[in-house]
Amino acid sequence: MENYAIEMLNITKRFPGIIANDNITLQLRKGEIHALLGENGAGKSTLMSVLFGLYQPEEGVIKKDGKVVKINDPNDANRLGIGMVHQHFKLVECFSVLDNIILGVEPNTAGFLQKKEAREKVVALSEKYGLQVDPDAVIEDITVGMQQRTEILKMLYRENEILIFDEPTAVLTPQEIEELMQIMKGLAKEGKSILFISHKLNEIMEVADRCTVLRKGKYIGTVEIAGTTKEELSRMMVGRDVEFVVPKDPAKPTDVVLDVQGITVASKSHKHKNAVNNVSFQVRKGEIVCIAGIDGNGQTELVYGISGLEPLKGGRIEFLGQDITKMPIRKRSTMGMSHIPEDRHKHGLVLDYTLENNIVLQRYFEPEFTNAAGFLRKDNIRKYAERLIDEYDVRSGQGPITPARAMSGGNQQKAIIAREIDKDPKLLIAVQPTRGLDVGAIEFIHKQIVKHRDAGNAVLLVSLELEEVMSLSDRILVMYEGEIVGELDPKKTTVEEMGLYMAGAKRQ
Amino acid sequence: MILLLQYTLIFASVLLLVALGGCVSEHSGVINLGLEGIMVMGALGGALVMKFLPYDGGAGFGMFICVLLAAMLIGVLYSSLLAVACINLKADQTIVGTALNMLATALATVFVKSMNTAMNPNDHSSEIFYGKAKEAFVSKLGNFELNWFMIVAVILLVIVYVMLYKTKFGLRLRACGEHPQAAASVGISVFKMRWAGVLLSGLLGGVGGITYITAGASTWKFENGVAGFGFLALAVMIFGAWHPFKIAGAALLFGLFRALGNVYGAFDFLKSMNIPSAIYNMLPYIVCLIVLTFTSKNSKAPKAEGIPYDKGMR
Repeated sequence: MENYAIEMLNITKRFPGIIANDNITLQLRKGEIHALLGENGAGKSTLMSVLFGLYQPEEGVIKKDGKVVKINDPNDANRLGIGMVHQHFKLVECFSVLDNIILGVEPNTAGFLQKKEAREKVVALSEKYGLQVDPDAVIEDITVGMQQRTEILKMLYRENEILIFDEPTAVLTPQEIEELMQIMKGLAKEGKSILFISHKLNEIMEVADRCTVLRKGKYIGTVEIAGTTKEELSRMMVGRDVEFVVPKDPAKPTDVVLDVQGITVASKSHKHKNAVNNVSFQVRKGEIVCIAGIDGNGQTELVYGISGLEPLKGGRIEFLGQDITKMPIRKRSTMGMSHIPEDRHKHGLVLDYTLENNIVLQRYFEPEFTNAAGFLRKDNIRKYAERLIDEYDVRSGQGPITPARAMSGGNQQKAIIAREIDKDPKLLIAVQPTRGLDVGAIEFIHKQIVKHRDAGNAVLLVSLELEEVMSLSDRILVMYEGEIVGELDPKKTTVEEMGLYMAGAKRQ
Repeated sequence: MILLLQYTLIFASVLLLVALGGCVSEHSGVINLGLEGIMVMGALGGALVMKFLPYDGGAGFGMFICVLLAAMLIGVLYSSLLAVACINLKADQTIVGTALNMLATALATVFVKSMNTAMNPNDHSSEIFYGKAKEAFVSKLGNFELNWFMIVAVILLVIVYVMLYKTKFGLRLRACGEHPQAAASVGISVFKMRWAGVLLSGLLGGVGGITYITAGASTWKFENGVAGFGFLALAVMIFGAWHPFKIAGAALLFGLFRALGNVYGAFDFLKSMNIPSAIYNMLPYIVCLIVLTFTSKNSKAPKAEGIPYDKGMR
């Protein structure tokens, strides 16, 4: 008999109208890194909620070390040595690293905190596993990577044996991802069992020993990574072959659509620095221009400046030959500028509005959606929303009347993309359009973007994913510390060369 | 001058106690706008004890303890209304707090009036007289009248600080006010911690209430409530950035302005300026407006305050 750290056998969990987990079996060996792969909505989260006792399965059992266990709430899971790094960190921002680690299991005498031992233990653990953190740093001042290391230390401090990582790389820079992979391998070597939830095939291929695939709530299979390929995994996950690189013809750029002339945008975090410094470039009809760079080098602020979310400190922007430097956002939008924002919760959706109202958010005032007396034409809004939901395959519980908050991240993103592309904009600004999405959805979105270009429109893409940059763009502009340091041709350059520009080691 | 010091300290004590109450509650994640009402109820509890407990002059430790406990108890009981509504029933905290304020003054007035009428059919006032009993906890140090509640305020200040920042309880309480989902994920009961925060604020608010009415007069008219001191205390809390010691500093500042209204007549140069007394009485409230206009921008408020905790939310 094999030695399993935890087994979830034949788990079935039903919700009204949907079987979220249909007879799923997941067996985690001691000391292995086991990937759990599936598209958005495949049932990964539900399965983990069952493991943490948030839901009780209708059928199936959970075994730890071969014995059946009952998990009624997260405390039970904790006692069994199961810990999780959540996708959205569960850290108190204004507490120190140490306080966050000990929260809930505070060493104390008569209720008074005794932090000295705890600090020693944390320092020892961080040295043992190569998790560099400063125990006294406050969470809001440290990088996302360090916050994640704090979460890992939280589990190690509790002496958890089974570590679950829920899409841990979604928020990290390429360098941090590399470090995390090393840390995970180190933890497995020390005998920890790791469950790695992801839909990034490259990472699974690099780090995992085995992989269990779910699709639409069903168990598809468990494979040894050594004996499989990226293509096979994606076929198991999506149920068909996936094209990793969207086929596209060479660009035939014509007239200038967007002309950015020496713009400067102030930085929010540093009072005396500019986030964007004297940047000039053009985007023409029929081309996809991509801004590449490591997160935080001014891409966000550049887009804020162009879309009108932030005022410019200097410079000029022309759109379709007209000066739009001081133009209000709605005017830019009605002129034919679309913006798929980086932060979909902050700038993309009103989370407490329904899906249909979110879909007409920029167009509700048009005669099609508002009658002469100023009342909304609900029938037309519904019809329009239904068409977009259908065309862009936006999945949700109640269709047009689903509150945006209740939708999964991937489907929220698809709703935004549907809204922005369907406006048929002359210029589409897409910031990280595929962040957090699975391969099937990425392929779809990439196709839409290329189609939009082929229809004779301009696309400005901002992306941190090098693969996306290489496969989609017609021209690459690399940003480093608020400036454009190089213009590259994706057909002639390599990822390595681009990396040198991104790191500031090279400039034109 | 001694009078100014005395009034400053007593008003600062009131503001400190009540602001600490607000601070504890908000660190647990519940905005307690009902402090004004809690003060009224605490004051009523204390005043009733002073009226009815037999007392024969001199320093009365027993009397003091009974008054203190009564004010605390009534404050805690009254704040439990806020806890039930806001934590268990997830009601809007602002609305419930406001309702508690309106209820408290009305309830106290009706209660005292009917009590007075029952004892003397011709007495329809809402006043409680406790002049003599007050002597039980006021010690004369020369010209300075030391109200024992000043000492209580200092002791509670230290206790609240230690509790919030040096104990397991405090760490958990603050986690619930900042990121309840994080607290829950490590096995902390957000409901229990928030209940604790609200009840503690009731206790502190109740003591603040009795301190306020014994600050000057020897009788209190309950239809007057506590003249917005609960709200002033909230301003003190915000100005004090939700930190006990900074709150103490803010309370002294506001206490000074409030005291000026009472004793400006004793200062020749102030008197010679011929400013109407109404201006002095308005001072603390005007200062409050100005100070908050400039400081509330860089607010250090607990992030999750005011949001009912919902397990399902991410």
